[in-house]
Amino acid sequence: MLCELCHMRPATVHFTNIVNNQKVEMHICEQCANEKAQFGFVFPSFSTSLNGLITELLGFDIDSGNSPKFQNQYLETLTRRKQCEKCGMTMEEFLKVGKVGCSNCYTAFEEKLNPLIRRLQGSVKHNGKVPDNVARKASVNKKIEELKELLNKAIEREEYEKAAELRDQIKSLEVSLNDDGGNG
Amino acid sequence: MMMGETAKNSGIVMSSRIRLARNLNEYPFPLRMNNVQAGEIINKMKKIISESGMEELQNFLFVHMQDLGDIDKQVLVEKHLISPDLAANKKDSAAIISRDEKISIMINEEDHLRIQAIYQGMKLADALNLGNKIDDLIAKKSNYAFSSNYGYLTFCPTNIGTGLRASVMMHLPALVMTGYIKKILEVCNKLNMAVRGIYGEHSSALGNMFQVSNQVTLGQTEEEIVTGITNAAMQIIEQEAAVRNELYNQNAVAFEDKIWRSFGLLTNARVLTTDESLNLISDVRLGIDMGIIKDVKMEKIDQIMLLIQPASLQKFVGRQISPIERDVKRAELIRQKIFES
Repeated sequence: MLCELCHMRPATVHFTNIVNNQKVEMHICEQCANEKAQFGFVFPSFSTSLNGLITELLGFDIDSGNSPKFQNQYLETLTRRKQCEKCGMTMEEFLKVGKVGCSNCYTAFEEKLNPLIRRLQGSVKHNGKVPDNVARKASVNKKIEELKELLNKAIEREEYEKAAELRDQIKSLEVSLNDDGGNG
Repeated sequence: MMMGETAKNSGIVMSSRIRLARNLNEYPFPLRMNNVQAGEIINKMKKIISESGMEELQNFLFVHMQDLGDIDKQVLVEKHLISPDLAANKKDSAAIISRDEKISIMINEEDHLRIQAIYQGMKLADALNLGNKIDDLIAKKSNYAFSSNYGYLTFCPTNIGTGLRASVMMHLPALVMTGYIKKILEVCNKLNMAVRGIYGEHSSALGNMFQVSNQVTLGQTEEEIVTGITNAAMQIIEQEAAVRNELYNQNAVAFEDKIWRSFGLLTNARVLTTDESLNLISDVRLGIDMGIIKDVKMEKIDQIMLLIQPASLQKFVGRQISPIERDVKRAELIRQKIFES
């Protein structure tokens, strides 16, 4: 069968992954597999030596227990076990399928996601539309900052009545922020 | 034979489409969602749209995927109103479609929401406005998954940021005929634009119909993305028009002969496969666009292009038919409809 990605070369790398009770199968060629690996995708090793196979499975070298290489690989394994607190997806799963489980994954897997996004999109900073409630919050926050500065100045000048007024304004804005936060 | 004003000619550009991907913050993405959550999202969206009072959405069509048979689902796919993904989806999913079929909101496809606005001709800016209108409407009553760095958050990192896929459907027979289409593909790739044939597998462009769309969704504004695709489309239109002219001027009689032969087959054949029909239709469409064929309307040929697709054809005939019967019915449908006004 032909590689599912390039449709040109024969598929020699076959893997099956079960994510959340759904079976995901991929059949691709060696070249595409290597290209994908550059993006941080992980595929089962096709190394023939037993040591190589175990290294892949366990994520570290058996015979070099305390070497820096071991420690790095150990950290790598820990990183891969990282889970998203909200949906339970692991970094490992993400690296295999290239998709996330929920919005929180973007925070949980930031370490691996950021370079991937940079490669995919050429940028890591959004420059477009912002949802209304987010834009509103941002402008309220800005107003609060401005008022806080005025408050500090008023205190310095011992204009306590004015300071009290400002403090009340700040408080009511902060309350309105909290209300908004619960908006579904 | 005169060429129409090709820069503004909607003949080469068939349609413009805007797609916005959005997700609700309080639910996992569809793949990790359970059916209770899926149902909640569907009901929520249905309510928001019903209560919107938006003129464009009056009397909208609500389609619950699980209530639809395979053929009906496929018809929606053929009309470009839902994606093949949504049709194949096993999750509880739905689509909200406006009466004029300009708007289609897919619920629980790959992302919770896929808002789509389609216009005939080169109208990406209008489509973006309509898409944004729907988006703002839903945003008011929802909590979108959004981060200041990565913008709108989606299932696949290839869609984050604006979540916008802007695309234009184009008819490029002259560029294909002369092989110049390869150059177009190269240049578009360099500009991070995807060009793919709409009908047929992979790169084979059945009917010479192509879709040009942006690949990058993060980092640019929505307007920049739309401008980029519009500019690319305008240049491709110019190229196609120029090559049409050149081909015609080289040998007008041979050019017209090819068109009229295809017209003859299309209007008289008794058995036509989808593939053959699409290629004949492409020639006839070119003939109409260039003022060579005057007895057939462009809208009619475009309508026929949709109706002859497998599922739409079966729906038209009204019953299950064998592949051989389909080819006969297809030819019949074409003969019946092509001269209609």
